[in-house]
Amino acid sequence: MEEISVRQETAAPLGSPEASFEPAIVAFVCNWCTYTAADLAGTARMVQSPNVRLIRMMCTGMVDPKYIIKALLSGADAVLVSGCHPGDCHYINGNYKARRRMKLLKEILPRFGIDERRLKLTWVGASEGNEFAATVNRFAAEIKELGPIDTRRLPLL
Amino acid sequence: MGSIARIEVKDGNPVAALQGFCARLLADEEVSAVLAPRRLPGKAGTMPALVAEPAGFADVDPLTPSFRINAARMLTRLTRGADDAGLVAALLRPCEARAFIELCKLNQGSLENTLLVSLDCAGAFSNADYPRFAGDNGTGEPLLEFLRAAGRGAFNGAEIARACKTCEHPTGAEADLSIGLFGQDPAQGFLLVANTPRGEGLMTRLHLPEVADDGSRAKALEGLLAERIAERDAMFAETGAATADMDRLSTFLSACVNCYNCRMACPVCYCKECVFLTDVFEHKPWQYLSWARQRGAIKMPTDTVFFHLTRLAHMSTACVGCGQCSNACPNGVPVMELFRTVAAGTQRAFEYEAGRNPSEAPPLSVFREHEFPEVTGGLD
Repeated sequence: MEEISVRQETAAPLGSPEASFEPAIVAFVCNWCTYTAADLAGTARMVQSPNVRLIRMMCTGMVDPKYIIKALLSGADAVLVSGCHPGDCHYINGNYKARRRMKLLKEILPRFGIDERRLKLTWVGASEGNEFAATVNRFAAEIKELGPIDTRRLPLL
Repeated sequence: MGSIARIEVKDGNPVAALQGFCARLLADEEVSAVLAPRRLPGKAGTMPALVAEPAGFADVDPLTPSFRINAARMLTRLTRGADDAGLVAALLRPCEARAFIELCKLNQGSLENTLLVSLDCAGAFSNADYPRFAGDNGTGEPLLEFLRAAGRGAFNGAEIARACKTCEHPTGAEADLSIGLFGQDPAQGFLLVANTPRGEGLMTRLHLPEVADDGSRAKALEGLLAERIAERDAMFAETGAATADMDRLSTFLSACVNCYNCRMACPVCYCKECVFLTDVFEHKPWQYLSWARQRGAIKMPTDTVFFHLTRLAHMSTACVGCGQCSNACPNGVPVMELFRTVAAGTQRAFEYEAGRNPSEAPPLSVFREHEFPEVTGGLD
């Protein structure tokens, strides 16, 4: 996805300990909508934070909770899952299933100290390149504020 | 609540009375076999046995506080896809009945050809502790004493498993028939309560003397529940504090050796091919080396916390709290504590109780068009 990662150097406040922190965000995006939106944002040269690594899925309904858990345990600071608006799923109802799984993870992971804000589910349609860029920028800023995830420094089992 | 009948106990021998009850079940024209706990040789306790001839009931003992495996999965093997082979009657602990109902909802077994009989459960010892309870034999007077105390206290220095001490569903109202032990003198007799039309039908055919409800069972249950719920909430608080961040969760699971026994023993972990038994997480050597360089060192085998978190995500909404995970753990990892604590939260989040209501769909198998707006920032 190099072509869409238009780099923008965001100015961090000088001297703050988080000044050098650049969050790593893993995004599981639906082939039929958000991935296309990301492509659109890229070809339209919209300004986007370069902190997001996209993983193209055929549907958010196939994002098993273990992918998200694995990403967070492996040092991703946050995970974005983004799919079609309700009613627009290419496979009819995959996005509704994704919503239930996200609800489940937002119930489980905060118990173990993973901030709920590190999990995000959004609906971004294929034509919404601007919405995709805005989502990514907002999310990256939020996570930058939140700081690095614990699992990065822990000798996790 | 449906009709109530009485099962008389003769010569102070409740086990013989239940063997007689099983034999009467088998004699019913609709029942083709009975699945019930049967004594193993030595002090190993009991295991489920499928009995198809009356002579087979000689060693059947549904009362002994031994719980080597959850029989729900055995029952799925007997009922899934069965045609008109007749009913299999199963004498189960309430957590086994709930696990079976949960498995049926996941299309692993069938309630169509099952007659569930659930016994009030005073609790059971872990496989490691059972031989201490059994002492010389664990039948007769020690068993009566155990039943009268409803599992409270120590027996030859052994206490019932923690999953049982913290169990808030010790009666199986989901089953077709319940055998009521609470508040009854086990040397005198039990209650038989019909909960479903199928249970009512069988009770009519058995011609047992009907009795009025004197409230003794409900009263005994109320007292027991208060104690168990207090115990359970203390366990939730303790486990929540012990796993409040990733560092502590790592410590909590540090004795785990990735043997996956908890998964094998879990009645509701039903996948034929668990992802952790495939080569999905068998990485190339360079991958391990790269992780080790990144972090300085990695524990081998890797992915211990990952395994438990994934299992929590995959099946905590189906957890019935039987405690077989802890029973199966060879290293004393408090798996049951972790799963019950998280399961209470996930089941509450979906307003669901595993195995309680056969007509309620498992939360991750369904969805509604408008729900959980908080997950998507208010957009649905």
